[in-house]
Amino acid sequence: MKIIIVSLRVRDQDSARRFYEETLGFTVTEDMDLGEMRWLTVAPPDQPELNVLLEKPGPPFVDAESAQRMDELVAKGYGGTLFFQVDDIRKTFDELVEKGVEIIQEPVERFYGIDAAFRDDSGNHIRVNQSVDTGIAWPEDSMTAKAQAAQG
Amino acid sequence: MTAEQIAHLRRAKDLVDRSYAQPLDVLALARHAHMSPAHFARQFKEAFGESPHQYVLTRRVERAMELLRETDATVTDVCFEVGFQSLGSFSSAFRRVTGSTPTAYRATAIGYAPTVPGCWAALWTRPVGRAAGMEKPGAQGRE
Repeated sequence: MKIIIVSLRVRDQDSARRFYEETLGFTVTEDMDLGEMRWLTVAPPDQPELNVLLEKPGPPFVDAESAQRMDELVAKGYGGTLFFQVDDIRKTFDELVEKGVEIIQEPVERFYGIDAAFRDDSGNHIRVNQSVDTGIAWPEDSMTAKAQAAQG
Repeated sequence: MTAEQIAHLRRAKDLVDRSYAQPLDVLALARHAHMSPAHFARQFKEAFGESPHQYVLTRRVERAMELLRETDATVTDVCFEVGFQSLGSFSSAFRRVTGSTPTAYRATAIGYAPTVPGCWAALWTRPVGRAAGMEKPGAQGRE
């Protein structure tokens, strides 16, 4: 079993397509007008087999009132989250700043690597991680360490 | 409230998450959200369930909790590091939010560091539940 498409709710598909294609360098894998709905998928540069469905909820699938609520929740930043991995987070981060992307968190060194966070054009939360040894010790008293200890 | 206004409110909330150590008052946040301060405070509470002032305090306390748990920084250093202007306001906010003093929290808070991405942990460990009702009327905008 594998994941081939994940869905992300967006507020405006034209704007989302521009953001993912032009700002993040994703490939638009499908963009089809099917009448009531527009099927829009994009794939990350280094992972062409994983598609993100940029979905705009609305009738007839989702009633207008629910769609309105979803739109508000996405605008609040509660729509969804993507976790990216990059080779050079500071380079990626500088490029995002240069492009005027909304930053949530500047790169921070953690025990598992360096991470940062930003928002897509809809307000969805996107985290970026560079997996690198920062020299910061894994917390011995962390829940994971405790769980591992409990398992022997 | 339109979704566009909500997006402006979210940007102000993101500013708190990013710049909690800066001197943030309701006036500055309202400006960021393109709203008048009174309107902003009301709308923020309606959208996110708590006032902007409380959000700033709980974010700073959450950041302080992490520093107390995971570094050897003194309580005074932690206080200024997360944006409080005095040890008194820090201790008072910390106690109201967590029910504990910074020193007592540090002594007891072992085993609490989640091994998940940092800012993700920050979203889930912000001590908002215990802060509910901590605000006095008219306290908004004051540190």
